[in-house]
Amino acid sequence: MSRLAAAFAGKKPFIAFLTGGDPSLADTRRYVRALVDAGAGIVEIGVPFSDPIAEGPVIQEASQRALAAGTTTDNLFELVAALRDADGITVPLAFMTYLNPVYHYGYERFFAAAAAVGLDAIIIPDLPYEEQGEVKAVAAAHGVAVISLIAPTSAARVRMIAAEAEGFIYLVSSLGVTGTRAEITTDIAAIVSEIRAVTDTPVAVGFGINTPEQAADLAATADGVIVGSAIVKLIAAHGAAADDAIAAYVTQMSSALS
Amino acid sequence: MGVTLSKRFGEHGGQYIPETLMSELIKLEAAYLHFKEDPAFTADLGELLRTYAGRPSGLYFAAHMTADLGGAKVYLKREDLNHTGSHKINNVLGQCLLAQRMGKTRVIAETGAGQHGVATATAAALLGMECEVFMGKEDTERQALNVYRMELLGAKVHAVTTGTQVLKDAVNEAMREWASRMDDTHYVLGSVMGPHPFPTMVRDFQKVIGVEAREQILAAEGRLPAAVLACVGGGSNAIGIFHGFLTDAEVRLIGCEAAGEGVDTERNAATIANGSLGVFHGMKSYFCQDEYGQIAPVYSISAGLDYPGIGPEHAFLHDSGRALYVPITDEQAVSAFEYLSRVEGIIPAVESAHAVAYARELVPTLSPAENVIINLSGRGDKDVAAIARYRGKEVGE
Ligand SMILES: Cc1ncc(COP(=O)(O)O)c(C=O)c1O
Repeated sequence: MSRLAAAFAGKKPFIAFLTGGDPSLADTRRYVRALVDAGAGIVEIGVPFSDPIAEGPVIQEASQRALAAGTTTDNLFELVAALRDADGITVPLAFMTYLNPVYHYGYERFFAAAAAVGLDAIIIPDLPYEEQGEVKAVAAAHGVAVISLIAPTSAARVRMIAAEAEGFIYLVSSLGVTGTRAEITTDIAAIVSEIRAVTDTPVAVGFGINTPEQAADLAATADGVIVGSAIVKLIAAHGAAADDAIAAYVTQMSSALS
Repeated sequence: MGVTLSKRFGEHGGQYIPETLMSELIKLEAAYLHFKEDPAFTADLGELLRTYAGRPSGLYFAAHMTADLGGAKVYLKREDLNHTGSHKINNVLGQCLLAQRMGKTRVIAETGAGQHGVATATAAALLGMECEVFMGKEDTERQALNVYRMELLGAKVHAVTTGTQVLKDAVNEAMREWASRMDDTHYVLGSVMGPHPFPTMVRDFQKVIGVEAREQILAAEGRLPAAVLACVGGGSNAIGIFHGFLTDAEVRLIGCEAAGEGVDTERNAATIANGSLGVFHGMKSYFCQDEYGQIAPVYSISAGLDYPGIGPEHAFLHDSGRALYVPITDEQAVSAFEYLSRVEGIIPAVESAHAVAYARELVPTLSPAENVIINLSGRGDKDVAAIARYRGKEVGE
């Protein structure tokens, strides 16, 4: 069984996002450990991009901090290697980034490096179904899953996307960009049942989620819950000393799922 | 299945955009395909272009410039005389009418120099639509008059403080806003860029420039131009005029991009000279970027050319060799701005002045039997204060 499949087998993982290199690579490395120790079943590491059009202010600012600190794609491959080899992290690790850093690095070179360090998946918000082909073939050859996103507006596209999804499906809970939201109004259950009609690929819901109540609520219908901005906000507030805040928050969130 | 449009120009173009917007882009393509063949739509648009925008724009024989440069005859395609002062109105009227037919009541737009924002605010006022414009904070300061102009027209202007606070950041914010509200809102993209169908649709709305220019030059000269010159930001005025001559192999098509302080400096926006293949703002094309694919901060004295990319059809015309792209520095552009003002009594937009600058080099190398057309994409009233500043003079706006 792949690491990703194992993460969803008989459980509903709490999926944690943080921006790689914010505020420094050494901090990110410690924070990934803290996320996993506090119960995160999958960790997404953001590869910062200069122009993250799907992000709200919290992750935009984290990306800027990481870039200003000099973080590069190569640094983050090295980080993943250290997490796997030195730190013994065994949960699935995914990169979340935009297509240009991947394209410019070279698909073959990028996915060869990703596989070599032990990356399981990649999430690329500006790579819709229609354009996935050029990436998926190369990623698959290296055993890296390209995660498909489904949005509240996908409508007639849901089944088409779901049928070809791999790893897990990232169900975007709300219109707009990332960021915490008081309320999620999309009919998640309806979209999940559309997805279930064509595939068994697990469905994780993200965008806007920040409270244990929201997480528990969504986990009733979905297979996992993704939280980014709420964690990144803690890092923004506590900088290099966010360990305890992250641990406390993620413990609370992940226990809401079990 | 109905007809669909090609999404690509060679390997460039495509639809690299979050899933949230895909359904909307598909709806937009369908609506565009339908209405561009709809006689009532084309009649309404034609009428607005004539009676409201002032088309056709003139093709002016620049006798003094011709005599001064001593080579080919110089003609200016007078997009500067359009309502709102630039070619932007051609695209905006098309998109706003289309948005209205799609049932949208609100339009959003990005703007650099403010020309596209002013044009969008104008069309929104005309058609009774709500309008919000995203403009980099730095540009709101460089182009303060245009901000007030948009407000006069009833638009709300958002000063974008993220990123480098210029045009690309305004596009980012407009895309974010569109992804959060699309039911009643159309994003009026201002150039031949972004995800399909924008590069094709905006080009079609700007083609009127080239169609008119071809007829006008044949009427005036009885022969085609040796060269057609236009400035290139995203590339809408250039693609508009180029399309009139694309299949005339003997007509050289020349796009003039902003080299800022020089292509060898850190401060320029010369995408073809300095950029490399990438994927950004929904399209595959050439972009100014670093070794890790981070989009580079760019610079030009001209807010309208201060963009790190180029429309995908231009990328294709460059690859195929059909069009030539040349870098023009701030200094060359400012000097051409002053030159055209003095010699012809026409103050060009500083964007358009980039094309005038290259004409000053090219025209003397051609014969008097030949002619060239410069697309004068806009008028320069908006730039007067910035040019004065560049020359070390302070003028109150
Ligand atoms: C007068 C004028 N010309 C040219 C441009 C550049 O746009 P494009 O390359 O799409 O024609 C602008 C943009 O603001 C403009 O205002």
